[in-house]
Amino acid sequence: MTVETMKQIIRPYGDTTGDAMIQVSFTLPVPHGPRAELAALQLAGKMGLDPASVVHSKAMGPDFTFFIVYGKATHLIDYAGIEVPEGREFELLPPAQVNAAVQSVLGRRLVVVGACIGTDAHTVGIDAILNVKGFAGEKGLEYYREIEVHNMGAQVAVDDLVARAKAVDADAVLVSQVVTQKSAHIHNTKQMAAAFTEAYPTSLTGGLGRPLLVVGGPRFDTVTPSDLGVDRIFGKGTTPGEVASYLVHALVRE
Amino acid sequence: MKLGLDPAVVRKARDLAARAAEPVIEMARTHTTVSVERAVLRLAGVTGADADGIPWVNRIVDAVRDQVGLEHGVALPFFAAGNWRSLKFGLPTGAERDRALARAREAVGAGIARIDRNRADRDRLLARHGDPEKPWIYLIVATGDIHEDIPQAQAAAREGADVIAVIRSTGQSLLDYVPEGATRQGYAGTYATQENFRLMRAALDEVSGELGRYVRLTNYASGLCMPEIAALAGLERLDMMLNDCMYGIIFRDINPRRTFVDQRFSRQIHARAGIVINTGEDNYLTTADAIDAAHTVVASQLLNERFGHEAGLADRQLGLGHAFEINPQIPDSFRLELAHAQLVRELFPAAPLKYMPPTKHMTGNIFAGYLLDAFFNLAGVMTGQSIILVGMMTEGIHTPWLSDRDLALENVRYVRRAAGDLSEDFTPGPFIRERAARVLSETVDLLHRVADDGLLDAIADGVFGVTKRPADRGRGLDGVVEKADGYVNPATEILEAAP
Repeated sequence: MTVETMKQIIRPYGDTTGDAMIQVSFTLPVPHGPRAELAALQLAGKMGLDPASVVHSKAMGPDFTFFIVYGKATHLIDYAGIEVPEGREFELLPPAQVNAAVQSVLGRRLVVVGACIGTDAHTVGIDAILNVKGFAGEKGLEYYREIEVHNMGAQVAVDDLVARAKAVDADAVLVSQVVTQKSAHIHNTKQMAAAFTEAYPTSLTGGLGRPLLVVGGPRFDTVTPSDLGVDRIFGKGTTPGEVASYLVHALVRE
Repeated sequence: MKLGLDPAVVRKARDLAARAAEPVIEMARTHTTVSVERAVLRLAGVTGADADGIPWVNRIVDAVRDQVGLEHGVALPFFAAGNWRSLKFGLPTGAERDRALARAREAVGAGIARIDRNRADRDRLLARHGDPEKPWIYLIVATGDIHEDIPQAQAAAREGADVIAVIRSTGQSLLDYVPEGATRQGYAGTYATQENFRLMRAALDEVSGELGRYVRLTNYASGLCMPEIAALAGLERLDMMLNDCMYGIIFRDINPRRTFVDQRFSRQIHARAGIVINTGEDNYLTTADAIDAAHTVVASQLLNERFGHEAGLADRQLGLGHAFEINPQIPDSFRLELAHAQLVRELFPAAPLKYMPPTKHMTGNIFAGYLLDAFFNLAGVMTGQSIILVGMMTEGIHTPWLSDRDLALENVRYVRRAAGDLSEDFTPGPFIRERAARVLSETVDLLHRVADDGLLDAIADGVFGVTKRPADRGRGLDGVVEKADGYVNPATEILEAAP
């Protein structure tokens, strides 16, 4: 086989293979009218839409216009060149198996400290993972007999989080970050990771000499754990069972 | 009344809420806080900050607390001091006390007179510009920069918003002082300051005149400075304030005692100022399941009503909150939403109910989200909700773009135009009636437990919003002081006197 034949070229799909049709919407800071539409078409062209058509334009006040544009994408994607992202590195375990693994290997309860750090007051994420109530039909970590949960709630200072983790000898620290304005979630998480590194100077890695650092939130999709200095990132829609299974995978080594 | 609720059960629910609230009201009557005392100084006209930006009201109250103690109130030591900038205070006695008391009453009375004038101004402007029909369309601006917020708020008003809420900077609820001056940097919102209040109210007065409809301004009397922000709202003619009896406790981990003491005073100010409070029950449904926890919303509304009435708020000032947060994947989810919304409407017929759009089940699929928001708007008009917060299809993705807000308003306008008076034709069948009756009976059961165990213990046990908040934990407890026999607060004297 030659390199050429390994390619798999794809285009967007409207209603016919290869039609390459896509739809975008955007606002331009100009008054509504024919000139504004030409500006929108020029932008569409520069985005690689050719031909393109403005199917909807609407004035939003005197100074702005909203557009919906359809067009044929001129860009090609070689699907063969796109690697399959790594899947979940751990096996999903039901609560009974999580409890059994913790009990037989650690011989004590696994201690978790959770918080929303910085000024973030949105406890939805951390509560979904920790509260008995849980999320998506799965009970939260408080429900697991062999997991001891300390939920510090909202707007916890990093120093307080470190102090509590030390006081209860935490195996893992779970931090939730929902507010993303000005990349606060990234800054807060890095600051938290740095504080733990400083507080546990002899630690080798998460779970060895310091608690495992786990962060969750809807907008961590552009960074890796090592960028942030944490051990694992969980995204939107993560269930308590996934987190519990990961903790067993990372901390409960046979 | 369409649901055929049993009036005896409704009465029972109210009696239980009153019984649960009573010990907390007694605690609030017999205590003061640093923020209540700072609010007294603000009403007396103390403004400004020291070179480090610490407001003088904080410096004064801290000094009085250290030198005299706060159990007598800040008013007497402050008005007895010759030059308060020396920050040296003592507790006056005899004729000196009488003179200080007279000066305190005069100064605080002038602040309350200004609140009264603002209330009269609002009534005059409502008559001149016109009061929009309900449901009022409620929109949020939140850029962090008051000078960016102003054109956005004016644009939103021109596009149909009846109420503009300026979201506060996220951290502000935990600041134990109110920043000074116009602010241009905030975090997920704009700081609540007296100057920001003044600037935005003036901008909305301008646009109200242009539109021929009075545009209301909303902010947040919550967090550690709840009483002071309430006072500033009265002084600058804000129209609605978020002011929940338990939100700060549950979601911000503010100490329960601090919250209840601060809340009572702030509600007395709101009552005087003609401000509509907005309560935060919608938030419970962001941590708890909207079906399982429906009765906690109603129980909290009844408690908010009782605390509000006790503080002097009229029914027309009780913007009780609730939300459209049932998982849309559940069969009959819309019918269940109608049952909950209609139940709240019938329990509080004279209250300007505030109905909050879906947030928890906005998935990032903006197209599906737009549809869900339309159903929310429909539920709002079908059940006669008074204030509709406009849902954004990009909820949970980013703070609303100009186009998000425009599309959202188009959605509301369509539903209002197409189905505005649908509540006249809406007659619930057995499914909705039975669901409403069941939520009400669960509410009664819950209020029984709360009344028997005590509200503070119920909050400690995590009855509301799942989170557990013990009465001796949380932020701000050290700012709570039991009043001594000679406690003086010229503001509460005036506010508690016959109207």
